[in-house]
Amino acid sequence: MTVALVDGNNFFVSCEQVFNPQLAGRPVVVLSNNDGCVVARSNAAKAIGVRMCTPWFQLREQAWRHGIIALSSNYELYADMSNRMMAVLGEFSPNQEIYSIDECFLGLEGFEHIDLVAYGHAIRNRVGRWVGIPVCVGIGATKTLAKLANHCAKKMHAGSDGVCDFGRMTQDELRRLFSRIEVGEVWGIGPRLSRQLAGLGITHVEALRRADATMLRARFSVTLERVVRELNGIPCIALEEETPNRQQIISSRTFGNYVYALPALREAVASYIAIAAEKLRGQGTRAGMVQVYVRTNPHKENVPQYQRGLTLPLPEPTDDTLLLTQAALRVLECIYLPGYAYQKAGVALLDLSSAAVAQASLFPAAAGNPRLMQAMDRINTKWGRGTLRSAAEGFEQRWKMKRERMSPRYTTCWEQLPHAS
Amino acid sequence: MPHLSCEEGVVPPPGRPLLARAVPAGFPSPAADYYEARLSLDDHLIEHREATFFVRVQGHSMTGFGIHHGDLLVVDRALDPADRSVVIAVVDGEFTVKQLCHLQNGVLLRSGAPGHGDILVTPDRELVVWGVVRWSIHRL
Repeated sequence: MTVALVDGNNFFVSCEQVFNPQLAGRPVVVLSNNDGCVVARSNAAKAIGVRMCTPWFQLREQAWRHGIIALSSNYELYADMSNRMMAVLGEFSPNQEIYSIDECFLGLEGFEHIDLVAYGHAIRNRVGRWVGIPVCVGIGATKTLAKLANHCAKKMHAGSDGVCDFGRMTQDELRRLFSRIEVGEVWGIGPRLSRQLAGLGITHVEALRRADATMLRARFSVTLERVVRELNGIPCIALEEETPNRQQIISSRTFGNYVYALPALREAVASYIAIAAEKLRGQGTRAGMVQVYVRTNPHKENVPQYQRGLTLPLPEPTDDTLLLTQAALRVLECIYLPGYAYQKAGVALLDLSSAAVAQASLFPAAAGNPRLMQAMDRINTKWGRGTLRSAAEGFEQRWKMKRERMSPRYTTCWEQLPHAS
Repeated sequence: MPHLSCEEGVVPPPGRPLLARAVPAGFPSPAADYYEARLSLDDHLIEHREATFFVRVQGHSMTGFGIHHGDLLVVDRALDPADRSVVIAVVDGEFTVKQLCHLQNGVLLRSGAPGHGDILVTPDRELVVWGVVRWSIHRL
Protein backbone atom coordinates (compact mmCIF):
# COMPACT_ATOMS: atom_id res chain seq x y z
CA MET A 1 0.00 0.00 0.00
CA THR A 2 1.09 3.54 -0.69
CA VAL A 3 -1.10 6.32 0.57
CA ALA A 4 -0.97 10.11 0.85
CA LEU A 5 -2.59 12.31 3.47
CA VAL A 6 -3.31 15.81 2.21
CA ASP A 7 -4.54 18.51 4.55
CA GLY A 8 -5.14 22.24 4.45
CA ASN A 9 -2.82 24.41 6.53
CA ASN A 10 -4.72 26.50 9.11
CA PHE A 11 -7.76 25.64 7.00
CA PHE A 12 -10.39 28.04 8.40
CA VAL A 13 -7.96 30.95 8.45
CA SER A 14 -6.72 30.09 4.96
CA CYS A 15 -10.31 30.18 3.63
CA GLU A 16 -10.69 33.69 5.06
CA GLN A 17 -7.36 34.80 3.57
CA VAL A 18 -8.38 33.76 0.04
CA PHE A 19 -11.07 36.45 -0.02
CA ASN A 20 -9.47 39.05 2.23
CA PRO A 21 -5.90 39.74 1.10
CA GLN A 22 -5.48 42.21 3.95
CA LEU A 23 -5.23 39.26 6.32
CA ALA A 24 -2.00 38.06 4.67
CA GLY A 25 0.83 37.91 7.19
CA ARG A 26 -1.38 39.19 10.03
CA PRO A 27 -2.20 37.37 13.25
CA VAL A 28 -5.68 35.97 12.57
CA VAL A 29 -7.76 33.56 14.66
CA VAL A 30 -11.11 31.92 13.97
CA LEU A 31 -13.43 31.40 16.96
CA SER A 32 -15.73 28.45 17.68
CA ASN A 33 -19.54 28.56 18.00
CA ASN A 34 -20.85 31.59 19.86
CA ASP A 35 -17.40 33.16 19.51
CA GLY A 36 -16.17 30.89 22.31
CA CYS A 37 -12.55 29.95 21.80
CA VAL A 38 -9.78 29.79 19.22
CA VAL A 39 -10.17 26.92 16.72
CA ALA A 40 -7.76 28.06 13.99
CA ARG A 41 -4.70 30.33 13.89
CA SER A 42 -2.66 31.94 11.15
CA ASN A 43 1.10 31.40 11.23
CA ALA A 44 1.56 34.95 12.55
CA ALA A 45 -0.89 34.23 15.39
CA LYS A 46 1.02 31.04 16.26
CA ALA A 47 4.27 33.01 16.24
CA ILE A 48 3.06 35.41 18.94
CA GLY A 49 2.05 32.47 21.10
CA VAL A 50 -1.74 32.24 20.71
CA ARG A 51 -2.71 28.71 21.75
CA MET A 52 -5.52 26.58 20.38
CA CYS A 53 -8.72 26.52 22.49
CA THR A 54 -7.93 29.82 24.25
CA PRO A 55 -11.26 31.38 25.24
CA TRP A 56 -11.84 34.63 23.38
CA PHE A 57 -12.52 36.64 26.54
CA GLN A 58 -9.02 35.76 27.79
CA LEU A 59 -7.48 36.79 24.51
CA ARG A 60 -9.20 40.14 24.13
CA GLU A 61 -6.56 42.32 25.71
CA GLN A 62 -3.69 40.55 23.95
CA ALA A 63 -5.65 40.83 20.73
CA TRP A 64 -5.89 44.57 21.14
CA ARG A 65 -2.18 44.95 21.89
CA HIS A 66 -0.94 42.74 19.03
CA GLY A 67 -3.61 43.66 16.50
CA ILE A 68 -4.95 40.10 16.42
CA ILE A 69 -7.94 39.81 14.09
CA ALA A 70 -10.62 37.47 15.46
CA LEU A 71 -13.35 36.10 13.17
CA SER A 72 -16.47 34.05 13.87
CA SER A 73 -16.67 30.65 12.18
CA ASN A 74 -18.05 31.11 8.66
CA TYR A 75 -19.18 27.50 8.16
CA GLU A 76 -20.93 28.32 4.88
CA LEU A 77 -17.61 29.47 3.40
CA TYR A 78 -15.51 26.66 4.90
CA ALA A 79 -17.90 23.97 3.65
CA ASP A 80 -17.84 25.31 0.09
CA MET A 81 -14.06 25.68 0.06
CA SER A 82 -13.71 22.17 1.48
CA ASN A 83 -15.91 20.75 -1.29
CA ARG A 84 -13.82 22.51 -3.90
CA MET A 85 -10.56 21.29 -2.36
CA MET A 86 -11.79 17.68 -2.08
CA ALA A 87 -13.02 17.66 -5.70
CA VAL A 88 -9.64 18.91 -6.93
CA LEU A 89 -7.80 16.33 -4.80
CA GLY A 90 -10.12 13.56 -6.03
CA GLU A 91 -8.68 14.05 -9.51
CA PHE A 92 -5.29 12.86 -8.31
CA SER A 93 -6.30 9.32 -7.34
CA PRO A 94 -9.00 6.79 -8.06
CA ASN A 95 -9.29 6.17 -4.30
CA GLN A 96 -10.10 9.05 -1.97
CA GLU A 97 -11.18 8.92 1.64
CA ILE A 98 -12.40 12.27 2.92
CA TYR A 99 -11.39 12.15 6.54
CA SER A 100 -12.48 15.56 7.79
CA ILE A 101 -13.39 19.02 6.51
CA ASP A 102 -9.77 19.76 5.67
CA GLU A 103 -8.01 16.43 5.13
CA CYS A 104 -8.26 13.37 2.93
CA PHE A 105 -6.34 10.21 2.15
CA LEU A 106 -5.45 9.45 -1.46
CA GLY A 107 -4.61 5.87 -2.46
CA LEU A 108 -1.42 5.84 -4.53
CA GLU A 109 -1.26 2.10 -5.17
CA GLY A 110 0.32 1.57 -8.57
CA PHE A 111 1.75 5.10 -8.64
CA GLU A 112 5.11 3.95 -7.25
CA HIS A 113 6.86 4.11 -10.61
CA ILE A 114 6.43 7.89 -10.78
CA ASP A 115 8.25 10.46 -8.66
CA LEU A 116 5.82 10.76 -5.74
CA VAL A 117 7.53 13.83 -4.29
CA ALA A 118 7.01 15.63 -7.60
CA TYR A 119 3.41 14.34 -7.60
CA GLY A 120 2.95 15.75 -4.10
CA HIS A 121 4.18 19.12 -5.28
CA ALA A 122 1.80 18.98 -8.24
CA ILE A 123 -1.05 18.38 -5.77
CA ARG A 124 0.09 21.30 -3.63
CA ASN A 125 0.38 23.66 -6.58
CA ARG A 126 -2.97 22.66 -8.04
CA VAL A 127 -4.94 23.18 -4.83
CA GLY A 128 -3.02 26.37 -4.07
CA ARG A 129 -3.75 27.86 -7.46
CA TRP A 130 -7.27 26.62 -8.10
CA VAL A 131 -8.77 26.98 -4.65
CA GLY A 132 -6.23 29.22 -2.90
CA ILE A 133 -5.66 26.90 0.06
CA PRO A 134 -2.09 25.90 1.01
CA VAL A 135 -1.84 22.16 1.70
CA CYS A 136 0.82 19.73 2.91
CA VAL A 137 1.25 16.20 1.57
CA GLY A 138 2.55 13.23 3.55
CA ILE A 139 3.21 9.90 1.82
CA GLY A 140 3.79 6.53 3.49
CA ALA A 141 3.15 2.80 3.28
CA THR A 142 0.19 2.98 5.71
CA LYS A 143 -2.36 5.56 6.77
CA THR A 144 -0.56 6.05 10.08
CA LEU A 145 2.76 6.66 8.29
CA ALA A 146 1.09 9.03 5.81
CA LYS A 147 -0.31 11.02 8.74
CA LEU A 148 3.12 11.17 10.35
CA ALA A 149 4.75 12.14 7.05
CA ASN A 150 2.19 14.93 6.77
CA HIS A 151 3.23 16.16 10.22
CA CYS A 152 6.86 16.17 9.04
CA ALA A 153 5.91 18.02 5.86
CA LYS A 154 4.20 20.68 7.94
CA LYS A 155 7.08 21.09 10.37
CA MET A 156 9.53 21.11 7.45
CA HIS A 157 11.38 18.12 8.93
CA ALA A 158 13.96 16.31 6.82
CA GLY A 159 14.21 19.17 4.37
CA SER A 160 10.66 18.69 3.15
CA ASP A 161 9.02 21.66 1.55
CA GLY A 162 5.38 20.90 2.18
CA VAL A 163 5.75 17.35 0.83
CA CYS A 164 7.29 14.41 2.68
CA ASP A 165 7.57 10.88 1.30
CA PHE A 166 8.85 8.27 3.76
CA GLY A 167 9.25 5.85 0.84
CA ARG A 168 12.07 8.02 -0.46
CA MET A 169 14.06 7.85 2.78
CA THR A 170 16.58 5.19 3.84
CA GLN A 171 16.02 3.13 7.00
CA ASP A 172 18.80 5.12 8.62
CA GLU A 173 17.22 8.47 7.79
CA LEU A 174 13.84 7.27 9.07
CA ARG A 175 15.39 6.04 12.32
CA ARG A 176 17.01 9.40 12.94
CA LEU A 177 13.84 11.31 12.05
CA PHE A 178 11.56 9.12 14.20
CA SER A 179 13.90 9.49 17.17
CA ARG A 180 13.18 13.23 17.14
CA ILE A 181 9.37 13.03 17.06
CA GLU A 182 7.35 12.55 20.25
CA VAL A 183 4.84 9.69 20.37
CA GLY A 184 1.98 12.16 20.90
CA GLU A 185 2.29 13.18 17.25
CA VAL A 186 1.28 9.69 16.08
CA TRP A 187 -2.31 9.28 14.83
CA GLY A 188 -4.40 7.75 17.60
CA ILE A 189 -1.99 8.43 20.48
CA GLY A 190 -3.65 10.98 22.77
CA PRO A 191 -2.14 12.81 25.75
CA ARG A 192 -3.20 10.12 28.23
CA LEU A 193 -1.72 7.24 26.24
CA SER A 194 1.43 9.31 25.69
CA ARG A 195 1.90 9.58 29.46
CA GLN A 196 1.31 5.86 29.95
CA LEU A 197 3.81 5.02 27.19
CA ALA A 198 6.32 7.42 28.72
CA GLY A 199 6.01 5.33 31.90
CA LEU A 200 7.31 2.39 29.86
CA GLY A 201 10.16 4.50 28.53
CA ILE A 202 8.50 4.96 25.14
CA THR A 203 8.69 8.68 24.48
CA HIS A 204 9.50 9.01 20.80
CA VAL A 205 8.21 7.38 17.62
CA GLU A 206 11.28 5.22 17.04
CA ALA A 207 10.85 3.58 20.45
CA LEU A 208 7.18 2.92 19.74
CA ARG A 209 7.99 1.45 16.35
CA ARG A 210 10.49 -0.97 17.94
CA ALA A 211 8.19 -1.85 20.84
CA ASP A 212 6.70 -5.34 21.21
CA ALA A 213 3.30 -5.02 19.55
CA THR A 214 1.89 -8.14 21.19
CA MET A 215 2.91 -6.92 24.65
CA LEU A 216 1.29 -3.52 23.98
CA ARG A 217 -1.88 -5.29 22.88
CA ALA A 218 -1.99 -7.21 26.13
CA ARG A 219 -1.28 -4.13 28.25
CA PHE A 220 -3.34 -1.57 26.36
CA SER A 221 -5.49 -2.43 23.37
CA VAL A 222 -5.62 -3.91 19.94
CA THR A 223 -5.75 -0.36 18.61
CA LEU A 224 -2.28 0.36 19.93
CA GLU A 225 -0.98 -2.88 18.46
CA ARG A 226 -2.32 -1.73 15.10
CA VAL A 227 -0.57 1.63 15.44
CA VAL A 228 2.76 -0.14 16.02
CA ARG A 229 2.27 -2.44 13.05
CA GLU A 230 1.26 0.47 10.85
CA LEU A 231 4.40 2.37 11.92
CA ASN A 232 6.35 -0.65 10.68
CA GLY A 233 4.71 -0.41 7.29
CA ILE A 234 2.13 -3.18 7.76
CA PRO A 235 -1.27 -1.82 6.70
CA CYS A 236 -3.97 -2.52 9.31
CA ILE A 237 -6.38 0.32 8.54
CA ALA A 238 -7.99 0.22 5.10
CA LEU A 239 -8.93 3.17 2.96
CA GLU A 240 -12.65 3.83 3.38
CA GLU A 241 -13.90 5.46 0.26
CA GLU A 242 -17.62 5.34 0.87
CA THR A 243 -18.58 6.74 4.20
CA PRO A 244 -21.16 4.26 5.43
CA ASN A 245 -24.55 5.77 6.07
CA ARG A 246 -24.71 7.13 9.54
CA GLN A 247 -26.48 5.01 12.10
CA GLN A 248 -27.69 8.06 13.96
CA ILE A 249 -28.01 11.72 13.12
CA ILE A 250 -27.44 14.26 15.81
CA SER A 251 -28.09 17.97 15.68
CA SER A 252 -27.40 20.12 18.70
CA ARG A 253 -26.18 23.62 19.50
CA THR A 254 -25.27 25.77 22.40
CA PHE A 255 -27.57 28.79 22.49
CA GLY A 256 -26.35 32.35 21.93
CA ASN A 257 -28.03 33.37 25.19
CA TYR A 258 -29.58 31.32 27.98
CA VAL A 259 -33.10 30.20 27.19
CA TYR A 260 -35.72 29.96 29.93
CA ALA A 261 -39.12 29.55 28.30
CA LEU A 262 -40.68 26.60 26.52
CA PRO A 263 -41.64 28.46 23.29
CA ALA A 264 -38.00 29.35 22.50
CA LEU A 265 -36.89 25.78 23.25
CA ARG A 266 -39.62 24.49 20.96
CA GLU A 267 -38.29 26.68 18.13
CA ALA A 268 -34.75 25.44 18.69
CA VAL A 269 -35.76 21.77 18.80
CA ALA A 270 -37.89 22.18 15.65
CA SER A 271 -34.93 23.77 13.84
CA TYR A 272 -32.55 20.99 14.84
CA ILE A 273 -35.08 18.42 13.65
CA ALA A 274 -35.30 20.24 10.30
CA ILE A 275 -31.51 20.04 9.86
CA ALA A 276 -31.33 16.40 10.95
CA ALA A 277 -34.31 15.36 8.80
CA GLU A 278 -32.73 16.92 5.74
CA LYS A 279 -29.62 14.81 6.33
CA LEU A 280 -31.82 11.77 6.94
CA ARG A 281 -33.50 12.17 3.55
CA GLY A 282 -30.16 12.99 1.93
CA GLN A 283 -28.85 9.53 2.78
CA GLY A 284 -32.15 7.82 1.92
CA THR A 285 -33.03 6.63 5.40
CA ARG A 286 -35.90 6.86 7.87
CA ALA A 287 -35.80 7.21 11.62
CA GLY A 288 -37.54 4.82 13.99
CA MET A 289 -36.88 6.82 17.16
CA VAL A 290 -36.46 10.45 18.14
CA GLN A 291 -34.40 11.58 21.10
CA VAL A 292 -34.43 15.07 22.58
CA TYR A 293 -32.28 16.45 25.37
CA VAL A 294 -31.86 19.75 27.15
CA ARG A 295 -29.31 20.92 29.68
CA THR A 296 -28.21 23.90 31.74
CA ASN A 297 -24.60 25.15 31.88
CA PRO A 298 -22.63 22.57 33.91
CA HIS A 299 -19.70 24.99 34.30
CA LYS A 300 -21.77 27.51 36.19
CA GLU A 301 -21.94 25.93 39.61
CA ASN A 302 -23.94 28.62 41.41
CA VAL A 303 -27.08 28.16 39.30
CA PRO A 304 -29.57 25.27 39.57
CA GLN A 305 -28.57 22.40 37.31
CA TYR A 306 -30.83 20.22 35.22
CA GLN A 307 -30.36 17.90 32.33
CA ARG A 308 -32.59 15.30 30.81
CA GLY A 309 -32.90 13.33 27.61
CA LEU A 310 -35.74 11.10 26.47
CA THR A 311 -36.24 8.82 23.48
CA LEU A 312 -39.60 8.26 21.80
CA PRO A 313 -40.14 5.32 19.44
CA LEU A 314 -42.24 6.26 16.42
CA PRO A 315 -45.24 4.19 15.33
CA GLU A 316 -43.61 3.80 11.94
CA PRO A 317 -40.17 4.86 10.62
CA THR A 318 -40.40 8.22 8.84
CA ASP A 319 -38.29 10.87 7.14
CA ASP A 320 -40.99 13.53 7.28
CA THR A 321 -39.87 16.77 8.94
CA LEU A 322 -43.35 17.59 10.18
CA LEU A 323 -43.99 14.17 11.76
CA LEU A 324 -40.54 14.16 13.34
CA THR A 325 -41.11 17.69 14.65
CA GLN A 326 -44.42 16.67 16.25
CA ALA A 327 -42.74 13.74 17.96
CA ALA A 328 -39.78 15.80 19.15
CA LEU A 329 -41.98 18.53 20.57
CA ARG A 330 -43.98 15.94 22.50
CA VAL A 331 -40.73 14.66 24.01
CA LEU A 332 -39.62 18.20 24.82
CA GLU A 333 -42.85 18.87 26.68
CA CYS A 334 -42.21 15.78 28.81
CA ILE A 335 -38.70 16.78 29.82
CA TYR A 336 -39.02 20.57 30.12
CA LEU A 337 -39.06 22.01 33.61
CA PRO A 338 -39.57 25.74 34.12
CA GLY A 339 -37.14 27.82 36.16
CA TYR A 340 -33.85 26.72 34.64
CA ALA A 341 -31.40 28.61 32.43
CA TYR A 342 -31.02 26.25 29.49
CA GLN A 343 -27.75 26.49 27.61
CA LYS A 344 -28.08 23.68 25.11
CA ALA A 345 -30.61 21.46 23.40
CA GLY A 346 -30.17 18.67 20.93
CA VAL A 347 -32.03 16.04 18.95
CA ALA A 348 -30.95 12.63 17.70
CA LEU A 349 -32.64 10.54 15.03
CA LEU A 350 -32.05 6.87 15.87
CA ASP A 351 -32.87 3.38 14.63
CA LEU A 352 -32.30 4.39 11.02
CA SER A 353 -33.43 2.11 8.22
CA SER A 354 -33.33 2.37 4.47
CA ALA A 355 -36.28 4.18 2.93
CA ALA A 356 -36.08 1.88 -0.10
CA VAL A 357 -36.83 -1.31 1.84
CA ALA A 358 -39.36 0.18 4.25
CA GLN A 359 -41.82 -2.32 5.61
CA ALA A 360 -45.42 -1.27 5.13
CA SER A 361 -47.57 -1.24 8.23
CA LEU A 362 -50.83 -3.17 8.52
CA PHE A 363 -52.45 -0.28 10.34
CA PRO A 364 -50.72 2.76 8.84
CA ALA A 365 -50.11 5.66 11.19
CA ALA A 366 -50.25 9.27 10.01
CA ALA A 367 -48.65 9.28 6.60
CA GLY A 368 -45.91 11.73 5.82
CA ASN A 369 -45.92 13.87 2.75
CA PRO A 370 -42.94 12.87 0.59
CA ARG A 371 -43.73 15.32 -2.19
CA LEU A 372 -43.86 18.21 0.25
CA MET A 373 -40.50 17.09 1.70
CA GLN A 374 -39.01 16.86 -1.79
CA ALA A 375 -40.25 20.33 -2.65
CA MET A 376 -38.91 21.66 0.65
CA ASP A 377 -35.46 20.14 0.12
CA ARG A 378 -35.26 21.53 -3.39
CA ILE A 379 -36.36 25.01 -2.37
CA ASN A 380 -33.91 25.04 0.53
CA THR A 381 -31.06 23.78 -1.64
CA LYS A 382 -31.74 26.51 -4.14
CA TRP A 383 -32.55 29.45 -1.89
CA GLY A 384 -30.69 28.58 1.28
CA ARG A 385 -31.42 26.58 4.41
CA GLY A 386 -34.52 27.62 6.27
CA THR A 387 -36.17 29.43 3.33
CA LEU A 388 -39.13 27.09 3.63
CA ARG A 389 -39.58 25.82 7.15
CA SER A 390 -42.22 24.66 9.54
CA ALA A 391 -43.80 27.44 11.59
CA ALA A 392 -42.66 25.56 14.70
CA GLU A 393 -39.13 26.77 13.99
CA GLY A 394 -40.26 30.30 14.74
CA PHE A 395 -39.41 33.58 13.13
CA GLU A 396 -37.16 35.51 15.46
CA GLN A 397 -34.95 32.65 16.62
CA ARG A 398 -33.34 34.70 19.37
CA TRP A 399 -31.64 31.60 20.73
CA LYS A 400 -29.50 31.28 17.61
CA MET A 401 -25.76 31.16 18.00
CA LYS A 402 -23.80 34.36 18.03
CA ARG A 403 -21.48 34.99 15.13
CA GLU A 404 -20.73 38.66 15.56
CA ARG A 405 -17.45 38.70 13.70
CA MET A 406 -18.40 36.68 10.66
CA SER A 407 -16.95 37.48 7.25
CA PRO A 408 -19.25 37.52 4.18
CA ARG A 409 -20.46 34.22 2.65
CA TYR A 410 -18.33 35.00 -0.41
CA THR A 411 -19.20 31.87 -2.41
CA THR A 412 -22.73 30.94 -1.38
CA CYS A 413 -24.68 34.21 -1.31
CA TRP A 414 -25.20 36.59 -4.27
CA GLU A 415 -25.46 39.60 -1.97
CA GLN A 416 -22.11 38.90 -0.31
CA LEU A 417 -19.73 38.38 -3.25
CA PRO A 418 -16.22 39.83 -3.05
CA HIS A 419 -15.82 43.22 -4.76
CA ALA A 420 -13.15 44.40 -7.18
CA SER A 421 -12.71 48.04 -8.17
CA MET B 1 -31.23 6.96 -23.30
CA PRO B 2 -33.86 9.42 -22.14
CA HIS B 3 -34.87 9.18 -18.54
CA LEU B 4 -38.58 8.53 -18.40
CA SER B 5 -40.83 7.73 -15.55
CA CYS B 6 -44.51 7.29 -15.03
CA GLU B 7 -44.34 8.24 -11.39
CA GLU B 8 -45.13 11.80 -10.61
CA GLY B 9 -42.73 13.77 -8.48
CA VAL B 10 -39.56 11.85 -9.28
CA VAL B 11 -36.59 14.16 -8.86
CA PRO B 12 -34.76 14.44 -12.18
CA PRO B 13 -30.99 14.06 -12.02
CA PRO B 14 -29.27 17.43 -12.49
CA GLY B 15 -29.17 18.58 -16.10
CA ARG B 16 -31.50 15.80 -17.27
CA PRO B 17 -35.06 16.99 -16.81
CA LEU B 18 -37.85 14.48 -17.09
CA LEU B 19 -40.44 15.01 -19.74
CA ALA B 20 -43.06 17.18 -18.15
CA ARG B 21 -45.90 14.71 -18.42
CA ALA B 22 -46.34 11.11 -17.35
CA VAL B 23 -46.25 8.73 -20.29
CA PRO B 24 -49.14 6.27 -20.47
CA ALA B 25 -47.91 2.73 -21.08
CA GLY B 26 -48.26 1.72 -24.73
CA PHE B 27 -48.19 5.24 -26.15
CA PRO B 28 -44.60 6.47 -25.91
CA SER B 29 -43.99 10.10 -26.63
CA PRO B 30 -42.77 10.61 -30.21
CA ALA B 31 -40.27 13.13 -28.79
CA ALA B 32 -38.67 10.60 -26.47
CA ASP B 33 -36.07 9.46 -28.99
CA TYR B 34 -34.99 13.04 -29.69
CA TYR B 35 -34.26 14.03 -26.12
CA GLU B 36 -31.30 16.35 -25.52
CA ALA B 37 -30.30 18.03 -22.27
CA ARG B 38 -31.47 21.64 -22.05
CA LEU B 39 -28.74 24.26 -22.47
CA SER B 40 -27.09 25.29 -19.24
CA LEU B 41 -25.43 28.67 -18.65
CA ASP B 42 -23.26 27.05 -15.98
CA ASP B 43 -21.79 24.71 -18.58
CA HIS B 44 -21.29 27.57 -20.99
CA LEU B 45 -19.64 30.03 -18.62
CA ILE B 46 -17.71 27.75 -16.29
CA GLU B 47 -14.77 25.72 -17.51
CA HIS B 48 -13.24 24.73 -14.16
CA ARG B 49 -16.01 24.34 -11.60
CA GLU B 50 -13.82 24.11 -8.53
CA ALA B 51 -11.61 27.04 -9.52
CA THR B 52 -14.36 29.45 -10.60
CA PHE B 53 -15.56 32.27 -8.36
CA PHE B 54 -17.89 35.23 -8.86
CA VAL B 55 -16.79 38.78 -8.16
CA ARG B 56 -18.88 41.97 -8.21
CA VAL B 57 -17.49 45.06 -10.00
CA GLN B 58 -17.33 48.27 -8.03
CA GLY B 59 -16.60 51.52 -9.85
CA HIS B 60 -16.05 52.62 -13.42
CA SER B 61 -12.35 52.04 -14.12
CA MET B 62 -12.95 49.33 -16.75
CA THR B 63 -15.84 50.72 -18.83
CA GLY B 64 -13.56 50.80 -21.91
CA PHE B 65 -13.47 47.00 -21.72
CA GLY B 66 -17.23 46.78 -21.41
CA ILE B 67 -17.02 46.08 -17.70
CA HIS B 68 -19.38 48.28 -15.72
CA HIS B 69 -20.21 49.06 -12.12
CA GLY B 70 -22.33 46.27 -10.65
CA ASP B 71 -21.40 43.68 -13.29
CA LEU B 72 -20.84 40.08 -12.30
CA LEU B 73 -17.41 38.70 -13.19
CA VAL B 74 -16.79 35.00 -13.74
CA VAL B 75 -13.23 34.46 -12.52
CA ASP B 76 -11.22 31.31 -13.23
CA ARG B 77 -8.20 30.65 -11.01
CA ALA B 78 -7.12 27.62 -13.04
CA LEU B 79 -6.02 29.65 -16.06
CA ASP B 80 -2.55 31.10 -16.60
CA PRO B 81 -2.83 34.85 -17.06
CA ALA B 82 -1.53 35.77 -20.49
CA ASP B 83 -0.39 39.14 -21.79
CA ARG B 84 -3.52 41.33 -22.14
CA SER B 85 -5.72 39.06 -20.02
CA VAL B 86 -8.23 40.88 -17.84
CA VAL B 87 -7.43 39.76 -14.31
CA ILE B 88 -8.32 40.21 -10.67
CA ALA B 89 -5.10 41.38 -9.00
CA VAL B 90 -4.32 42.24 -5.41
CA VAL B 91 -3.03 45.79 -4.98
CA ASP B 92 -2.48 47.17 -1.47
CA GLY B 93 -4.60 44.43 0.03
CA GLU B 94 -7.59 45.14 -2.24
CA PHE B 95 -8.98 43.31 -5.26
CA THR B 96 -8.77 45.25 -8.48
CA VAL B 97 -9.91 44.31 -11.98
CA LYS B 98 -7.41 45.42 -14.65
CA GLN B 99 -5.82 44.37 -17.91
CA LEU B 100 -2.45 42.68 -17.44
CA CYS B 101 0.23 43.93 -19.85
CA HIS B 102 3.75 42.53 -19.86
CA LEU B 103 6.37 45.26 -20.29
CA GLN B 104 10.14 45.07 -20.44
CA ASN B 105 10.48 46.78 -17.07
CA GLY B 106 7.71 44.91 -15.25
CA VAL B 107 3.98 44.55 -15.53
CA LEU B 108 1.38 47.19 -16.20
CA LEU B 109 -2.11 46.89 -14.78
CA ARG B 110 -4.08 48.93 -17.27
CA SER B 111 -7.42 50.48 -16.50
CA GLY B 112 -9.99 50.99 -19.19
CA ALA B 113 -11.34 54.48 -18.60
CA PRO B 114 -9.92 58.00 -18.76
CA GLY B 115 -9.10 59.47 -15.38
CA HIS B 116 -8.29 56.08 -13.86
CA GLY B 117 -4.54 55.63 -13.56
CA ASP B 118 -2.63 52.56 -14.67
CA ILE B 119 -0.49 50.76 -12.11
CA LEU B 120 3.11 49.86 -12.96
CA VAL B 121 4.41 46.91 -10.98
CA THR B 122 8.22 46.83 -11.15
CA PRO B 123 9.97 43.42 -10.88
CA ASP B 124 11.11 44.17 -7.30
CA ARG B 125 7.48 44.23 -6.14
CA GLU B 126 5.41 41.09 -5.88
CA LEU B 127 2.24 41.03 -7.95
CA VAL B 128 -0.51 38.64 -6.92
CA VAL B 129 -2.81 37.74 -9.78
CA TRP B 130 -5.84 36.22 -8.04
CA GLY B 131 -7.63 34.91 -11.13
CA VAL B 132 -8.39 35.46 -14.79
CA VAL B 133 -11.70 37.12 -15.69
CA ARG B 134 -13.47 35.00 -18.32
CA TRP B 135 -16.86 36.68 -18.54
CA SER B 136 -18.53 39.85 -17.43
CA ILE B 137 -22.27 39.54 -17.01
CA HIS B 138 -24.04 42.84 -17.47
CA ARG B 139 -27.66 43.44 -16.61
CA LEU B 140 -29.51 45.59 -19.13
